[in-house]
Amino acid sequence: MNRTRVLGIETSCDETAAAVVVDGHEVLSSVVSSQVDLHARFGGVVPEIASRAHVELLTPVVARALVEAGIDDDHVDAVAATVGPGLIGALLVGVSAAKTLALVWDVPFVAVNHLEAHLYAALLEDPELELPVVVLLVSGGHTLLVLMEGHGRYRILGSTIDDAAGEAFDKVARYLGLGYPGGPAIDAIAMEGDPEAIAFPRAIMDDGYDFSFSGLKTSVVNHVRKHPEVATEDVAASFQEAVVDVLVTKARRAARDHGAKGLCLAGGVAANSQLRERLLDACVTDGLRGFLPSRSMCTDNAAMVAAAGWYRLQSDGPSPLDTGASPNLRLVSP
Amino acid sequence: MIFVRTTSAEQTKALAAALAELARPGDLLLLAGDLGAGKTAFTQGYGAALGIDDLITSPTFTLVNSYEGRLELNHLDVYRLEALAEVLDLGVPEMLDEGGVTVIEWGDAVSPALPADYLEIRFSFTEGDDDERILELVPVGPRWAARTRAVATAVAPWIREDPTC
Repeated sequence: MNRTRVLGIETSCDETAAAVVVDGHEVLSSVVSSQVDLHARFGGVVPEIASRAHVELLTPVVARALVEAGIDDDHVDAVAATVGPGLIGALLVGVSAAKTLALVWDVPFVAVNHLEAHLYAALLEDPELELPVVVLLVSGGHTLLVLMEGHGRYRILGSTIDDAAGEAFDKVARYLGLGYPGGPAIDAIAMEGDPEAIAFPRAIMDDGYDFSFSGLKTSVVNHVRKHPEVATEDVAASFQEAVVDVLVTKARRAARDHGAKGLCLAGGVAANSQLRERLLDACVTDGLRGFLPSRSMCTDNAAMVAAAGWYRLQSDGPSPLDTGASPNLRLVSP
Repeated sequence: MIFVRTTSAEQTKALAAALAELARPGDLLLLAGDLGAGKTAFTQGYGAALGIDDLITSPTFTLVNSYEGRLELNHLDVYRLEALAEVLDLGVPEMLDEGGVTVIEWGDAVSPALPADYLEIRFSFTEGDDDERILELVPVGPRWAARTRAVATAVAPWIREDPTC
């Protein structure tokens, strides 16, 4: 049987990435040219800067992905790109490039949903993963609990009703003067603090699968306003503890209620060390298969796009070349 | 200007719903205030009163979320933008021309880059209860100056006469 080499391209937010993956699981190369340095001085992702940087970086990033994979461009069998959700200007750069390459090489173009790609990050590293699994997808823009029943078959069990978990990390880090990106900054400083120093609220902890982090953010602000002398380490540790507590509690509940075989983490916040540790502990206790993608697969990358693209190509065939970028694309159509 | 006081996120949503009764195509609202002051809660109440069923979540990451209701609601968050040129790229005048209502969080920082006809709402914490907020409503430009009385009537249940105590 022929091996299908998929070139994946990811430009939905602040990473320009390209990767070559064979048959959805064998990673030949994965290149991520992080733009984090460009954005650090702005305290967040600036769309126009992101778009311009994607334009400048994409060609060298794709070239390097092909070189590292050790293949010539005429040995690419399909080109997959993230079409949404994300920043429109940033998405368009990757989508246009992918379609152009597909036309020039005369191979299929595959449109990939960024959220679906995050789900495939786990399968990429463990193709034998037994379904169904519950995936906790936590990033700057998303907080979702997804039941993955089969390839392309998802059910959204819960999501945030206000702020995403990663957004809460970024905003609290900025409020505490810890810089951007906020997740790693809080993760690092929290190790020096007491996670039980401040009893921050766990919103809608006992009910359902939805999340709310807006009230927690307000609590942090209120606490620091009233106790300006409080140790930043303790605030960071207690805040992180509250977020992780809610995420893990709800993920366990979802897995138990739906008879899932395992629990997976995905998205940028999945790189948080406290979350990883607590989720694995929970899996051991509950007799679930716990799967944590490596940190480089949690954050935005193109290998997961190429993997999701391969599965999509098997099930639905190539995407039409008039497929546009969809900034508000959802995982499951309502 | 008008000062109002709310004592919970639910009350902030109810006040926003009362203001949404005044909504007209092309309206622009700027929400200003610290992290956690209630800007997104306000927008949730405002959107629900416009008949929007979708969950209204923070647009910090996506910058612009649009919802279909009795009027279209464009919900923007310019928290991450610091250069006025970036705000111009969002195309706010075009959104207003298309007839929806546009609500911009952290809008005061970028008001020089926006059309000069809006209702600014400044949220502040109080020294008292954690959930208490003072909202200062400031009509700016002819469109809103003409509606000051209607705004005051809509929010009458929450008005406080003396903003200093």
